[in-house]
Amino acid sequence: MSKFKKFFYSQKAAPYVFVLPFILSFALFWIYPLCSTITMSFQEIKPAGTEWVGMANFVKLTKDTVFHTAILNSFEYMILTLVLLIPFPMLFAVLMDSRLVKAKGFWKACLYVPALTSVVISGTLFRLMFSEYQTGQMNVITAALGLGTFKWLKMKATGLAALLIVACWRWTGVNMLYFISGLKAIDTALYESADIDGATAWQKFRYVTIPLLKPTTIYVLTISVYAGLAMFMEAYMLWAGPDSPNNIGLTIVGYLYKRGITKNQLGYGSAVGIVLLVIALAINIVQLILNGTFKKEED
Amino acid sequence: MANTSSVNEKETMGMKTKRTVLSIIGTAFFAVLSFIIVFPLVAGLIASFRPGTELIRRGLSVDLDFSSMTLANYKYLFGNNVDGQKYFMWYKNSLILTAVSVVGTLFICYIVAYGLTMYNYKLKNFLFFLVIATMMVPFEILILPLYKEMISLKLIDTMAGVVLPGLCGASTIFFFRQYMTGLPKELLDAGRIDGATEYGICFKIMLPITKPAFAAMSILCAMGAWNNVLWPMLVFRSAEKFTLPIGLNTLLTPYGNNYDVLIAGSMFGIIPVFIVFLCFQRYFIEGMTAGAVKG
Repeated sequence: MSKFKKFFYSQKAAPYVFVLPFILSFALFWIYPLCSTITMSFQEIKPAGTEWVGMANFVKLTKDTVFHTAILNSFEYMILTLVLLIPFPMLFAVLMDSRLVKAKGFWKACLYVPALTSVVISGTLFRLMFSEYQTGQMNVITAALGLGTFKWLKMKATGLAALLIVACWRWTGVNMLYFISGLKAIDTALYESADIDGATAWQKFRYVTIPLLKPTTIYVLTISVYAGLAMFMEAYMLWAGPDSPNNIGLTIVGYLYKRGITKNQLGYGSAVGIVLLVIALAINIVQLILNGTFKKEED
Repeated sequence: MANTSSVNEKETMGMKTKRTVLSIIGTAFFAVLSFIIVFPLVAGLIASFRPGTELIRRGLSVDLDFSSMTLANYKYLFGNNVDGQKYFMWYKNSLILTAVSVVGTLFICYIVAYGLTMYNYKLKNFLFFLVIATMMVPFEILILPLYKEMISLKLIDTMAGVVLPGLCGASTIFFFRQYMTGLPKELLDAGRIDGATEYGICFKIMLPITKPAFAAMSILCAMGAWNNVLWPMLVFRSAEKFTLPIGLNTLLTPYGNNYDVLIAGSMFGIIPVFIVFLCFQRYFIEGMTAGAVKG
């Protein structure tokens, strides 16, 4: 016993004792479920018993038009959030970081506030705002602009617009703060020497700010791609459940939820998850290549 | 001579006015943007002083008719009735769940990060690679197998089932590790010479100087736990165990018979996070952006 105690207190054993919780959690809540979902994707799981079906789930997915809609919706949403949530927050950050803005702390706090709310609360608010009645906030705004009123959550284009508006509302401030922290890391001497060379504001932005913000941009890009592809709760809240008219709000994770949880088809749902996993890993590899992670090894 | 200096003065005067104008435009821009962003919450707050039936009939409307405002929703929410009691049960559950997961997550992530930073051993880099690997798979992929696992472990509908899978948050470990690599390792040897054990060094010497990292992470973890929806929604089944977001979500029915409680309850549910944010704004931003610059 004292031998064990001595070992437990030794410098050799201590690090393993410290990382033990991670090893346990990794095994129980990561590797095991990951393997289990891969296995399930080749099975059909019924109350009566489990049956191996080979590639049948994946073959079925290639012909499943609802799944294709889900993939298309997720990609559309992801790409449009990138277009909206990278350039604009970057510009806002540059403006906020300049000496031209007063009361910065207050505006920063205001723009960050949406990130404090739960998806349930913000989703409820936006669901009410996108009400199809004339008195709904969004319809009041579009009517005032002379665009008329819409049944927002019943048509494809306006449904997507609603999701994008929620995304912009929630993440503009957060992404702006990421870019501000990136800007703080840029050496001011670079701007001073650009000034001496007579660079205009645009040239400084184009040739100093953008290249030196690259690490931050890549970070924001990565989390936005993941969040975009895995989006589910926002749509779930806007349409008060996993179903939407003509599946306009259906995403990949939404379909995984519908099949796996609502319809209890764990096998087919897992196959949907595996497709998302493959997409996520492919994007990761592309990103690592663009990042130049593999280049270093060649040198 | 006198002439040129007056020209210079004029120029600087001109630049000064230009600066002032630009500064007004810049500030006004953020004022407008902030107004747009804060608006839905203000509209929700106004709506919470109106009867819930009006919400279904008219959506979240904009008018500022103070005469039609009433405190009825809040009176009902805090009153002695079934809905109010249910609401505060969810509130209590959320507070307990948040406290448990913050304390658990911080303790575990701290010791894991400590083990990954302060020692040199064979598996160290491999283990850190595994931490990073868990970040590369979206959690949503794991909900089906985890859900099945929780059923077989009999953890469904329990707080343990909600908290356990999230205790070893990769980004929290990552943040602690980032912070600890900047700490002087000589302290470990000094502690050993003074006769402290490895665990004594970890908790009595290193933990106090890691406090700033704890501050930043506790706020981020608390916000995550308070607002978490997807996983708790799958794990909890009985209404008396629901957390606040899950409970509020069940009120969002097409029939809308509970919209009074829904809107007032939603607004009142933001308050704890909001107060913490106002007090510790600096830590929010620190914790959040830590990964972005170096990562």
